[in-house]
Amino acid sequence: MSEHAIEPTAASAGHHHIPPHPSVGILLTNFVALMLLLGATVAVAEINLGKGNFIAATAIAATKATLILLFFMNLAYSKPLTRLVACAAFFWLLILFGLSFSDYFARGWLE
Amino acid sequence: MSEAHAFPGPVVHQCDTLDQQRHAGELGMWTFLATEVMFFGGVFLAYTLYRMEHEAAFAEASGKMDLTLGTINTAVLLCSSLTMALAVHAAETARRAMLVACLTATMILGGAFLGIKFTEYYHKYEERLIPFLPPFDYAGPDRDEAAMFFDLYFVMTGIHALHMVIGLGLLAVLLAKAARGGLLGDYSSPVHVSGLYWHFVDIVWVFLFPFLYLIGARQAA
Repeated sequence: MSEHAIEPTAASAGHHHIPPHPSVGILLTNFVALMLLLGATVAVAEINLGKGNFIAATAIAATKATLILLFFMNLAYSKPLTRLVACAAFFWLLILFGLSFSDYFARGWLE
Repeated sequence: MSEAHAFPGPVVHQCDTLDQQRHAGELGMWTFLATEVMFFGGVFLAYTLYRMEHEAAFAEASGKMDLTLGTINTAVLLCSSLTMALAVHAAETARRAMLVACLTATMILGGAFLGIKFTEYYHKYEERLIPFLPPFDYAGPDRDEAAMFFDLYFVMTGIHALHMVIGLGLLAVLLAKAARGGLLGDYSSPVHVSGLYWHFVDIVWVFLFPFLYLIGARQAA
């Protein structure tokens, strides 16, 4: 079964090889920040800001998402290639929204 | 998996180093998550376009959401993300008891989220606000547009809940392995990769919550 068994590498032989990761303190701080932002988004929704409500809610959600991406999902500690793949995911989302909106916004222009 | 039996160390034969193996696993999950971004992106786009077309009707319909339960559920999910992140930390620093405790806590919180979610669904059923389970008893002026809002609500939260169920399945597998003493130190990669999935599902909810429960809802109600 283990015909391709390889020797343990230097990194894995002696001690545990721990990849870069946030400390418990950073994780807890991140959590507190996320809960405060949750409070903020609920509080802001009580105030009538017109279009501003959508902008405020989206901005707070994007901030929360960024905190989760950086510290819970380790992107602040990841290798460049992992970050690139993560950014690509959201870049594709930008294309989806950008091209769709350009269509919807421009629909009335020729009338 | 059965790394311990098939190989003498944590590194599978197609990888040269543990670092390379971890990176490959991480990249694989991120590539999958990129497809998930597109999957959820489609419904978010549909939601945004319909919301722009029928702003008043959507705000009115948003007012029917249970803001208290929605807020509690968001907090529950953020707590589960914390315990998941702590589980990854425990796995990487090879602390078995903490890993088992954190995975268990994450599963309990995930289960609580689904319980609250289905309580909300049941309330909507009692209020007859499920367009695809007629009669649709909506009292407001824009009945058809409100039906569109509720359709989007059930589709978006439904596929999100499905992802939560899959996440709970992953956690159950991790917990079983952790309880037998696995997934520690050099073997912690599955915890990290499953954690990425769990946090991603959390991010989806971070956007669903304000879009469905908050925007315009308080002014219209």
